[in-house]
Amino acid sequence: MKSWNNKAWFLVLPMLLLVAFSAIIPLMTVVNYSVQDSFGNNEFYWVGLEWFKEVLESERFHNALMRNLLFSAIILLIEIPLGIAIALAMPRRGWGVSVCLVLMALPLLIPWNVVGTIWQVFARVDIGLLGYTLTQLGFDYNYTQDVVDAWITLIVMDVWHWTSLVVLLCYSGLVSIPQAYYQAARIDGASRWAVFRYIQLPKMRRVLVIAVLLRFMDSFMIYTEPFVVTGGGPGNATTFLSIDLVQMAIGQFDLGPAAAMSLIYFLIILLVSWVFYTVMTQQDADSAPGRGQS
Amino acid sequence: MMNLLSTRHAARQRSYAWMVLVAYILFLMLPLYWLLMMSFKTNQEILSTFSLWPQEFTLQNYVTILSDSSWYSGYINSMMYVVMNTLISLVVALPAAYAFSRYRFLGDKHLFFWLLTNRMAPPAVFVLPFFQLYSAFGLIDTHIAVALAHCLFNVPLAVWILEGFMSSVPREIDETAYIDGYSFPRFFTKIFTPLIAPGIGVAAFFCFMFSWVELLIARTLTVTDAKPISAIMTRTVSASGLDWGVLAAAGMLTVIPGALVIYFVRNHIAKGFALGRV
Repeated sequence: MKSWNNKAWFLVLPMLLLVAFSAIIPLMTVVNYSVQDSFGNNEFYWVGLEWFKEVLESERFHNALMRNLLFSAIILLIEIPLGIAIALAMPRRGWGVSVCLVLMALPLLIPWNVVGTIWQVFARVDIGLLGYTLTQLGFDYNYTQDVVDAWITLIVMDVWHWTSLVVLLCYSGLVSIPQAYYQAARIDGASRWAVFRYIQLPKMRRVLVIAVLLRFMDSFMIYTEPFVVTGGGPGNATTFLSIDLVQMAIGQFDLGPAAAMSLIYFLIILLVSWVFYTVMTQQDADSAPGRGQS
Repeated sequence: MMNLLSTRHAARQRSYAWMVLVAYILFLMLPLYWLLMMSFKTNQEILSTFSLWPQEFTLQNYVTILSDSSWYSGYINSMMYVVMNTLISLVVALPAAYAFSRYRFLGDKHLFFWLLTNRMAPPAVFVLPFFQLYSAFGLIDTHIAVALAHCLFNVPLAVWILEGFMSSVPREIDETAYIDGYSFPRFFTKIFTPLIAPGIGVAAFFCFMFSWVELLIARTLTVTDAKPISAIMTRTVSASGLDWGVLAAAGMLTVIPGALVIYFVRNHIAKGFALGRV
């Protein structure tokens, strides 16, 4: 049992000050902008919830939001099952483990705009391996002009970039299962599917919660990679919320609407993450309050 | 007979597993292979002929980058703020994680949740406020500005990971040390920190990773003196008329630090993942 001790605040304080400096002050700035308007010259006046109304009613925001939700949904549907499958296929011991881990972790440590650049080059019809090969095979592939091709390119790129994270998380869940569980299952004559369904999947649940949350948050906040590859185009087909937001704030300098949109955007992420978290940990609630690995 | 069948079945399953793995790793390696090959080609060759490997092998692209200080200073800048950020994150996260793992205090659960929400804030939201905040403090275009800004998402993550590791260390160890007359700082540095060294390694790995790959904030907060390499790359793409070979070489060079880090921590990663809760 943890002891009750309010002096522990002193241990938390440095962290709190640091994060507050980077989080609360900027957030206050955003709130401040979201309720004011300006004609320049640093003259601001109060507009209340005007900007929020404008953003919530604008077609542009709805479209970007829908695109982003669709993108995140596709990403989760592909990466989570694929990640589990590959984690199951990985060897448990021997030299193969290190090789797999190093090779798989590689895309995770490439700066995001370099990931974008790699795929931009790789998918180009004239000089890229993927684009050139597809064209030679007779496909009409061009991600700079065709909406569907642009989407496919971005999704494949994200799968390339992030599936390894799901793999690593699931793998760590799998290696923490004691050998005795498998022996018991073998004695009972359990099928491969039963082993997966009743031993491996429940044991992976904690890491899966983290994987789903991280993948949802990051795919919903995606900016750099699509910006580099498609620049939000063709047209507005791949303009996700972040791209739209940066365009509004820095491109057009519409600070009020941009700030209002930021807050709405942030709230959506909080809300959806909270729903995911609650649903996925619900069955867990009455068992074991200890939050560490079981 | 039964036994033989199931062994054969298992063997078939294992070969399927290998096929899946090999296919996946090939998929991961192909774009990287293409980048590597492009970095050894001349720009004319890239644009004129299509070949799977360089016809006339050249190191000129790498020479261009490594001999031009406006290019390679980007690497130094990136490394500087990444290392600063990792150190700052760990220093403030260690005591905080200890407090969360050992004590209950007023508002601890709310504080922990608030911390995690910072990980959910889209960087795009913070770009402009960050710029104004750091301008007000005169920190624009310094390494420390980027390092501090990246704390926004790295500190919560480090606290989260470290707390997981610390909770797996039995509380009795603390109590015994106090009975033996250790003061808190001495106990923390001499006994506790070595015990959770793998956890610190994993946390450092993640801080390094997320700070190294982030671009939007790093680019906004820097002008010239602290510009990260990834931002210098984008600038060159738009300005100097697309020298694909140099671009590919620069990309390759940004992959290398990450590859080195993974290589050194490879044995701890799986273990760290399993113990902690990342």
